[in-house]
Amino acid sequence: MSAPRDKSGRPIVVVTGLGVVTSLGAGKKDNWSKLTAGESGIRTVTRFPIDGLKTTMAGTVDFVSVDPISSTGLTERLAKMATDEALEQAAIGGKADFPGPLFLAVAPVEVEWPQRLEIGRAVGKTEFGYDDILRVSGGGKFSEFHHRFMFGSVASHLAETYGTKGSPISLSTACASGATAIQLGVEAIRRGDADAALCVATDGSVNPEALVRFSLLSALSTQNDPPQAASKPFSKNRDGFVMAEGAGAMVLESYESATARGAKILGVVAGCGELTDSFHRTRSSPDGKPIIGCKRKTLADAGLEPEQIDHINAHGTATPENDKMEYNTTAVVFGDHLPKIPVSSNKSMVGHTISAAGAVEAVFSLLTLEHQRIPPTINYDVPDPAILFDVVANKARDARVTAVMSNSFGFGGQNASLILTREPA
Amino acid sequence: MTEPKPSSAKEVWITGIGIVSSLGEGLDAHWDALNEKRVNIDDKRFAPYIVHPLAPVSFDAQIPKKGDQRQMEAWQRIGVYAAGLALDSAGVKGNTEILERMDMIVAAGGGERDIAVDLAIMNAAAKGNSSPGFLNERLMNDLRPTLFLAQLSNLLAGNIAIVHGVSGTSRTFMGEEAASIDAARIALARIESGQSDIALIGAAHNGERADLLILYEFGDFNLTEKYAPVWQRDGKGGFALGSAGCFLVMESREHAEARGAKPYARLSKVVADLAQRKQPGAVTKSLETLWPKLGALPDNGNLITGATGIEPITSEEKAFLRQHPGYAVRATGTMFGHTLETQFPLGLALAALSISRGALFPPNDPTGLEVEKPDAPTQIVVMGAGHWQGEGMALVEAIK
Repeated sequence: MSAPRDKSGRPIVVVTGLGVVTSLGAGKKDNWSKLTAGESGIRTVTRFPIDGLKTTMAGTVDFVSVDPISSTGLTERLAKMATDEALEQAAIGGKADFPGPLFLAVAPVEVEWPQRLEIGRAVGKTEFGYDDILRVSGGGKFSEFHHRFMFGSVASHLAETYGTKGSPISLSTACASGATAIQLGVEAIRRGDADAALCVATDGSVNPEALVRFSLLSALSTQNDPPQAASKPFSKNRDGFVMAEGAGAMVLESYESATARGAKILGVVAGCGELTDSFHRTRSSPDGKPIIGCKRKTLADAGLEPEQIDHINAHGTATPENDKMEYNTTAVVFGDHLPKIPVSSNKSMVGHTISAAGAVEAVFSLLTLEHQRIPPTINYDVPDPAILFDVVANKARDARVTAVMSNSFGFGGQNASLILTREPA
Repeated sequence: MTEPKPSSAKEVWITGIGIVSSLGEGLDAHWDALNEKRVNIDDKRFAPYIVHPLAPVSFDAQIPKKGDQRQMEAWQRIGVYAAGLALDSAGVKGNTEILERMDMIVAAGGGERDIAVDLAIMNAAAKGNSSPGFLNERLMNDLRPTLFLAQLSNLLAGNIAIVHGVSGTSRTFMGEEAASIDAARIALARIESGQSDIALIGAAHNGERADLLILYEFGDFNLTEKYAPVWQRDGKGGFALGSAGCFLVMESREHAEARGAKPYARLSKVVADLAQRKQPGAVTKSLETLWPKLGALPDNGNLITGATGIEPITSEEKAFLRQHPGYAVRATGTMFGHTLETQFPLGLALAALSISRGALFPPNDPTGLEVEKPDAPTQIVVMGAGHWQGEGMALVEAIK
């Protein structure tokens, strides 16, 4: 008996475990009920002083804290929460013995301000330079800072905790990272390199410098009051994205291996696509060709026609540029079929979880398929007349959903799309 | 992940190499420097720390627009430059048809911080300035708006796309030394399986950074006071950071032959591991496990290692090498310093270069661990054990 294959003759990749954490809560149940109720997780930042900031709200995960405080530490904690949930559902492998590789989307890491100021205090002077800092940095007093602020540290700890196999891969494709992590897992299974893959995307990096960096690039919404109304995808009065934290985890398996062990199949990653934009560091090519090409590659990879997509989980950041480009390119790809596709942006409620977004939104897309209900785009009160999507406005909508396209676009010309379906084609 | 390759696996060739480092730029300059056993160190600028500074480079040659250069930090300029050299060397520079479907995996860290801004804030904080908005206000007022883009890990790939037009797919792996081992491993697997025809992989590192010295000083990894070749750093050991960029063009044999590309060598295998280093000897054991995965190897081969010089990892590597006494070993850290993500691609590049030039470059090691090997190499093992985690090996072979 030959193994079941997709239209291109490759192993079919299915999902057998899902986990998610956002500012709305921990776990699928909590997230799904709040998401479909149209609740916002965006609030005024209380983790650190907001004096002097232009943007003072974010989708912080405030119900989780780590000690010592660091964004990298929180990032790791969120990843573990999502992974625990996904592994419990998948019931795969033994304890600390996941039978496949780890692909982790994670924000770039660097020494953070609380630690930097701690080193500064250790110098013991009020006028000092880098030489003085170097003199107090060695000798083992701060050795944990080295490990904490290595780029591979989060993946290293996850690999050890869950016993994933081989060298764990930490990756960044900016705001498309979560989708890329899933894509790498899909490719490994399709090659036959692995029967299962753990794909995790995580971001706990709402800190003063991160907010300032995006602020200085004029990327963030400054509609601070009320915070829950700040993220306005597809609205005429949208003014930027809202930074947020969260994590998504997915256990991917070959259909053959999942059915052989009697695992419940939650959905299928039918297609992945990626196409780089070489136009500008932060802006899309005005003709939209790379994004259009990315979506078409994804459809081709899934072996689906545009007419077979019945929901789009949009990147929908609520920046003036992104939403316009996303509409224009989607209109080209889907043509006359576009009005029949309900479109929604989870970011209206959970904000932009940056490195985690692609996976968080893939989890929500699979929950959409499961519940046959599309979460709303909230704060959609003043539609942008130039964006003619059928936006799922303000209230969740029941719908027949068989195939979802989830899109992610990031700084550095990163475009990645996924197509998720309920059943193997 | 350790199964033998299916018989349908495509042969993968290295058809382009770009190197820029403390020894110069390009293949001829590096070949000459290695044969002259040249080492370029600066022990004054960051004294008592030693670095291998980037040789003078005219970035205009690969990054013609000054505006592009201004948008990048040094690590990105080094990388974009080396990537351009690799594309030139593969004969695909400006070939839009190929570049638009070329896959790219970059192994990256991040860019340099604005040291002056950091220091001013740290000093003000030490003077007791701790009003709630102090840090926010200083960062809002003092950080250059575009600095973030010069620091972001995936923006090295982004800049390569913008400057050279490499725009098929773009992935950035992070995680120090292991990131580039995995970049080579995944690119090879994708081409072998037909998921990709041609790929650009590589990394860049600016070793002349005070903020990096501090990061590695936390773990007491920096070499201080006196330079010594890697195998001669007895006692506590240490690495001297090096500046370098190295990129490779890899493609399927069919793809290379169809466009008449001349190969340097074949990349036959890349394997990687994550040893749990809490146990002494874990690195030796990991390397022992990886070795047979390269296939049947002769007793008297060649091996290029990215050995860091730090302890006890370098001693654990030596313990592994002692099991293969017939091997001619070369440590790139002696000549190039430690270039983190760039060290493994550099090993692959020098292996391919040595094979294409019909000679392994001479030893540069007063301890005698490295020995002369006059015959033309047909196989070179490339090895890497990261300074804190990640082990890997590759096999580079002459084309049959």
